[in-house]
Amino acid sequence: MTAAPVPLLEVEHLTMRFGGLVAVSELCFTAHRSEITALIGPNGAGKTTVFNCITGFYKPTEGRIALAHGDQALWAELDRLTLGGERKLARKDGTLFLLERMPEYLVAHHARVARTFQNIRLFSGMTVLENLLVAQHNPLMLASGYTLLGVLGLGGYGRAERAALDKARGWLERIELLDRADDPAGSLPYGAQRRLEIARAMCTDPVLLCLDEPAAGLNPHESAALNALILSIRDREKTSVLLIEHDMSVVMEISDHVVVLDYGVKIADGTPDAVRNDTKVIAAYLGVADEEVAAAEAEVGL
Amino acid sequence: MRALDPRPAGIALPGMILHAVKHAAIAALLAVGVFLPLIGLRTTTNIRNELTLETRWPLLFTLVALVAAASLANSLIIAPWRAHRAAHPKPPSTAAGRFGTAFSRWFSPFAIGFVTVYPMLALWLTGTGAVKWVDNFGIQILIYVMLGFGLNIVVGLAGLLDLGYAAFYAVGAYSYALTAKTFGLSFFELLPIAGLLAACWGILLGFPVLRLRGDYLAIVTLAFGEIIRLVLINWVPVTNGYAGISGIPRPTFFGIPFTASKTGFAAVFGLPFSPIYRSIFLYYIILALVLVTAFVTIRLRRLPIGRAWEALREDETACRSLGINTTNTKLTAFAIGAMFGGFAGSFFAARQGFISPESFTFLESATIVAIVVLGGMGSQIGVAIAATGMIGGTEILRELDFLKAVFGNDFDPTQYRMLLFGLAMVLIMIWKPRGLIATREPSVVLTKRKAISGALVKEGHG
Repeated sequence: MTAAPVPLLEVEHLTMRFGGLVAVSELCFTAHRSEITALIGPNGAGKTTVFNCITGFYKPTEGRIALAHGDQALWAELDRLTLGGERKLARKDGTLFLLERMPEYLVAHHARVARTFQNIRLFSGMTVLENLLVAQHNPLMLASGYTLLGVLGLGGYGRAERAALDKARGWLERIELLDRADDPAGSLPYGAQRRLEIARAMCTDPVLLCLDEPAAGLNPHESAALNALILSIRDREKTSVLLIEHDMSVVMEISDHVVVLDYGVKIADGTPDAVRNDTKVIAAYLGVADEEVAAAEAEVGL
Repeated sequence: MRALDPRPAGIALPGMILHAVKHAAIAALLAVGVFLPLIGLRTTTNIRNELTLETRWPLLFTLVALVAAASLANSLIIAPWRAHRAAHPKPPSTAAGRFGTAFSRWFSPFAIGFVTVYPMLALWLTGTGAVKWVDNFGIQILIYVMLGFGLNIVVGLAGLLDLGYAAFYAVGAYSYALTAKTFGLSFFELLPIAGLLAACWGILLGFPVLRLRGDYLAIVTLAFGEIIRLVLINWVPVTNGYAGISGIPRPTFFGIPFTASKTGFAAVFGLPFSPIYRSIFLYYIILALVLVTAFVTIRLRRLPIGRAWEALREDETACRSLGINTTNTKLTAFAIGAMFGGFAGSFFAARQGFISPESFTFLESATIVAIVVLGGMGSQIGVAIAATGMIGGTEILRELDFLKAVFGNDFDPTQYRMLLFGLAMVLIMIWKPRGLIATREPSVVLTKRKAISGALVKEGHG
C-alpha cells in the first residue's frame, strides 16, 4: 500500500461483558479501506466476540464502532452523530454508520458488512446456487416489488433474477464450484463449503468482509487457494477484509495489518513483521520461561 | 422392528421358525395385555341403569391374531427380505429412476386432469348417489388440501411449527358468516375480505411468537388456537356461542341461487331440481381456490421471499448475517399461510350454511399438521396425497358397512379413525420419516434439475 491508508472501520473503547466476565476490554483499532486486517490471539481471547459486536449480533456493553462509506470528511461528524442519537448520517457523497446502534440485519443490509461463521452456516438443504441467490435477497426483493409484483409476473423481476444468476455464476467460477451449482450445499466437501460461504457473503456486495477462521480445517493446498481468493477479493472487488485466523501462514502472508488480542485486551497492533517480533505476542502465544513469568505478566498488564 | 430381529440372514430354517414363533407369542401376549382392558372388556348401562360388564372375546381374539400374524410375517418374510436387500444392495436401478422422473413429471397434470373431470365421472358412474361422492369426498378432501397448502407455507417452507392453524380457518369462516349475514354481500365479494382478516390475525399471532422457537412456538400457537375457539364460544352477542351461526348465505351462480324455487338454478336452466348442481358448483369453487393456492405457492417459492422462508428454516442466524429482515419474513409467512386458511374457512362456512366452534377444535389443527407432516414438509404433491389419504380414508370408513356382518351390528368402523391415523403416523415415521415425498425440489436451476435428499434439508426449529 503506497497511498496513505483510508480508515473504513473505527473501533473505539469496545468493551463487552457477559455478567462478570469481561470478554473484550477497551479495544481500539482501525481497519483501513482495501486492506486485510487480521485479528489474532490465543483461544478465548475474545476475537469472535469482537466480530459479533461489529456485525451487530452482540450489543457491546461500551464503546463505539463507526464505519464510513465514501467521503472521508464525514469522519469529522462522528462525535456529533454519536451525541445526536442517530444510527447513521447520510450525505449524498457518503454515509457514516454507528454499527453498535444497528441490528445485525441492517449492519449487513445498509452498512454492508458481511460475515462468515467459525462453524460453517450454509443453507445445507438448498443448492449452491440458491445459497448465492438468498444472499442477494434485498435487491431481488426490491425488484420483485416486495413480492406483490413478482407474484403477478409484473415489473422487471425476470431481468433482476437473470442478473443475480450471472453474478452467482461469476462467483461460482471463481471458487471453482460451477459444476456443483445444482448440488445441495450440505453435500459439498468441507473446503468447498468454506469457499462457498465466502462467496455467499461477497454476493451481498459488502464494503467490509469479516471472515471468522476461514482456514480452519483446510489442508495446505486449500489454504493456499484461500489466500489467493482473499487477496483477489481485496484487489479486484476493493473490499476490505477483517480476518480472524489461527493459521499463521495465512495471517502473515496476506494481512496488511495485524491486531493481537489476549484475554480481551489488545497487546499489539501493526504490520505482520512488527507483530511477529513483538515480545508480548510471543509471550501470549508461546509462553515464557518460569523465571520470566512475573516480568512478562507485568509487561502484558496482568 | 429391527430390535425384534437380531438374527442374521442365512440361519437354519427350523431355528428361524422357532425364533419367529417365540416372537409372535410375545407380541400376542403384549397385545392381549393392551387390548384386554381396552377392547375385550366393556362396561355398559343396562335398562335398569345398572353398570354391567360385557366381554367381546371374538373381537379381542381377531386383533391378537392379527398382531401375531403380523409378527410372524415380519420375522419370516419381511426381515429376511430386508436383510437380503441390505446384504445385496441393488445398483440404483434406472427403471426406478425413470419411474421417479416420470412420476414427478406427469403426476401433477394427471391429478389436475382427474380432479377436473371427477364430478362428471361421479355423476356418470353413480347417478343420483353422486352428491355423496362430490360433497363428502371431493369437496371435503379439497378443503383439507387447501388447508394443507396454506399450513405448508408456515411449517414446510418457513419451518415454523404452528399447532393452532384451525384458528385462521375459524377466523375465515366467522368473517364470512358474520359479514354475509350483516351486510348481505356475496361470497365472492367477501372471500378476499375473509382472507385479509385471517392474514391480519396471522400477523397478530406472529408478533408475540417472533422470538420463540421449537416447542415453545408450538405451545403458544396451540394456545392461540384455543383462545380463538374460546372467544368464539364466549362472545355470545356476536358469535352466538355454542349454538353457532346458521342460515349463512350460500354462494350463488352469478346471482342465481341453487334452490327449488322458480328462480332457482334448476328452473332457470330447465333442469329437474337436484342438490347435485350446488355440490358440483361448490366443488369447482374449492378446486379453483386450491389451484390458485398451489400456483401462488409455487410462484412464491421462486421469488426472493420464498427462498428467504426456506433459508430461515435452514439457518436463521445466517439469514440475518445476509441482511434478511427475519421479522418481516416470518410475519409474511404467518400472514400468507393464515390468508389461505381464511379462504378455506369462508368456503367452509358458505358450503355448510352453519358453523359453530365445534368445527375448529384442536383436532382440526392436528389433522392439518398431520397432513403436512405425512405429505413431506414443503412438498405440495405430498400434501395433496396425504390429505386424500387421511380425509378420504375417514370417509371410506363410513362406507365399510359390510364389516358389520363380520364384527356384529354395533361395530362402527369410524370409531377406529384415530387408531388408524396413529398407525399411519407410526408407519410413516418408521419408513418415511421425512414424509411421503422426502425430497426437495430446488427453486432455481443453472444446468440440471436434481432433487435434494431430505436428509440434508432441515426441518426448522422455530
